[in-house]
Amino acid sequence: MLALTKRKNEAMINKIVASAAAAVADVLDGATVMIGGFGTAGMPSELIDALIAQGARDLTIVNNNAGNADTGLAALLKSRRVRKIICSFPRQTDSYVFDALYHAGEIELELVPQGNLAERIRAAGAGIGAFFTPTGYGTLLAKGKETRLIDGRYYVLEYPIHADVALIKAHRGDRWGNLVYRKTARNFGPIMASAAKCTIAQVREVVELGELDPEVIVTPGIFVQRIVQLLGAAMLAQPQATA
Amino acid sequence: MQRFSRDQMAARVARDIPEGAYVNLGIGLPTLVANHLPRDREILLHSENGLLGMGPAPALSAQDPDLINAGKQPVTLLSGGAYFHHADSFAMMRGGHLDFCVLGAFQVSLRGDLANWHTGAAGAIPAVGGAMDLAIGAKNVYVMMEHQTKAGESKIAARCTYPVTAFQCVSRIYTDLAVIDVTSHGLVVLAIVDGLAFDELQRLTGVPLTNATTGVAA
Repeated sequence: MLALTKRKNEAMINKIVASAAAAVADVLDGATVMIGGFGTAGMPSELIDALIAQGARDLTIVNNNAGNADTGLAALLKSRRVRKIICSFPRQTDSYVFDALYHAGEIELELVPQGNLAERIRAAGAGIGAFFTPTGYGTLLAKGKETRLIDGRYYVLEYPIHADVALIKAHRGDRWGNLVYRKTARNFGPIMASAAKCTIAQVREVVELGELDPEVIVTPGIFVQRIVQLLGAAMLAQPQATA
Repeated sequence: MQRFSRDQMAARVARDIPEGAYVNLGIGLPTLVANHLPRDREILLHSENGLLGMGPAPALSAQDPDLINAGKQPVTLLSGGAYFHHADSFAMMRGGHLDFCVLGAFQVSLRGDLANWHTGAAGAIPAVGGAMDLAIGAKNVYVMMEHQTKAGESKIAARCTYPVTAFQCVSRIYTDLAVIDVTSHGLVVLAIVDGLAFDELQRLTGVPLTNATTGVAA
């Protein structure tokens, strides 16, 4: 700490980026992009809007759902930039953008049980090569997958999901990339942050180093490459939608 | 024929959940169980999207888009509740830490196989969410469903014709006609709706049942 404060005016770690557009400027065509959020809670809508404007195409998207109404992830799908989506629950009352693309055969769906999705993301971030899970054993979603009997129980072999980019939303962050989240908007943020080569976090507030209590930092800055402060429109949850 | 109402079914499930239990209530009918849990009993509700100690729905003015349940409806957090990320949430489920989960179902088989995620119909968009993780993970898997389909077929069947969620996972079935335990010796009826004879329930169900009712209405 002392050494760092001494060279105050020299180059310092500063992951803060001025705008959402600058944060996503170098996303390549064909990239795998993880997008945080469970429904609209924790969805980084402004970063998604910036990605739409940036124009990268042929993307593989990883998210729990497949978009709600016409904004955020649904808008990205509508712009026809997404080749494939990996998710657990695409069908919702307001997922009509995805539904239409799916029925037209214009998007590929990899359906993954939600816990396997979370663990595959976690495994990627933790350097795990593959893991055996009981979830999905014997079902359509484990078809063709390697299985093993361990201590009298059957398991399915699942592989990690790595990403080129993760777009997540947190509550507060600092210039080193440390993050805290807000309530159930945390959901996939921490694990996606660890699983991508470049994690971009939009936060409601950037604070000074040391302001975040180190005992409660949820995502340590090592997992975050860029931070952008965006106030974010508070969107009301959709009451009729299902998980 | 008399049937248990949705609230009566929910009340019966609530009655069977003890003090101190960690419980996940699935979307739909199981959500009603929360309304019937006695206020003086400490029961911790888990929601897959990262909260433990879920409280009731807030007033409209107190809704927070960052605080929702698995059905994406606004909820509250009780004092002592906690937030956590998705990998931890599913560790609680898959790792056997939940005492009970209550799920809706299309079908349950004689040996407790559960079908509740996909009709398998051509053109239907499949969606699984956390159903498979809950079904394999909770210590006790309770199912709430109507006893029969609209066409009058038993939803308790020799084997599931819908795509299976998990095999041999269901421990108890609450229907609008009966409460039935799934045991290694087959299906055991614990309670039947007033006015329905066991033989008639057996006829409507189509797979062998054992009568363990005490003759007292549920």
